[in-house]
Amino acid sequence: MLDADFFRRWMTATAASVDREAERLTALDSPIGDADHGSNLQRGFTAVAAALEKEAPQTPGAILTLAGRQLISTVGGASGPLYGTLLRRTGKALGDPGEVSEDQFAQALRAGVDAVMTLGGAAPGDKTMIDALVPAVDALGDGFAAARAAAEEGALATTPLQARKGRASYLGERSIGHQDPGATSSALLIAGLAEAAGE
Amino acid sequence: MSDDKEERLVGIVLVSHSAQVAASVAELARGLAGGATAVPVAPAGGTEAGELGTSAELIAAAAASVDRGAGVAVLTDLGSAVLTVKALLAEGDELPDNTRLVDAPFVEGAVAAVVTAATGADLAAVESAASEAYTYRKV
Repeated sequence: MLDADFFRRWMTATAASVDREAERLTALDSPIGDADHGSNLQRGFTAVAAALEKEAPQTPGAILTLAGRQLISTVGGASGPLYGTLLRRTGKALGDPGEVSEDQFAQALRAGVDAVMTLGGAAPGDKTMIDALVPAVDALGDGFAAARAAAEEGALATTPLQARKGRASYLGERSIGHQDPGATSSALLIAGLAEAAGE
Repeated sequence: MSDDKEERLVGIVLVSHSAQVAASVAELARGLAGGATAVPVAPAGGTEAGELGTSAELIAAAAASVDRGAGVAVLTDLGSAVLTVKALLAEGDELPDNTRLVDAPFVEGAVAAVVTAATGADLAAVESAASEAYTYRKV
């Protein structure tokens, strides 16, 4: 079972890795975006870590709902509403229990990813965060380490794709040959799960 | 009577990545609407730190400030501005009741929305006028 501490560890592990990788995320966002992905997410997850400490929510659902709300209000770029919706919708799907099974979590995360696809209108293959998240959710049944590997593979596989959503899509064929920053940060988020699970 | 009518005008929120763009389009729309000063129009541009971007807080504050009970029409530029408004609407409790994201070109839609709102039209009419601005071809 996954308890509130697991979800707190997930968020703090993600905050730490986003902090560590902020420069790389911004560098990936420079040729095909507006060079703010790393700093935006860094600001967002720093706010998440601070809010979790201050408000100390006690259930998995409440932790993710608060984290999502923080991202929507602090990021300042498209990744705010997208990651915010992902975590909020996942949190709402988890409901009020003090702990949840890995199966329940996998279902809730799928609901979160579906909500992100609805919000942004992106499908797999559009060179977005969805290209890391969908394979990760699909692999979650085999454990967190498998999900992490699938997300990383999905992020790497965005390099030859042409962007069809967001600012990068204006570049057309020139977006080909660059790894998508959103898929890369999504892989960090999923890696945070494996870290929280000690895998 | 006229006070009563003013209180029921649809509010307009203009969301841009740039504070200057949002404020200038608000000024332009009011000006081209013949100084429709009774229409509550609020810009929500840039981040709270004054940088380029979108702020959920500024959007929520702008929407609350123009809400007169007749609904609020939100027009946006692109990208995170659209996504942030949609995410706030999905939250359910972040924006006034009867707030709508209007699918419209930012400048032309803002002018159409303010002109229409000034006549005392309801939210659906304001939305429809702003969206129709897409059909105005320049060439």
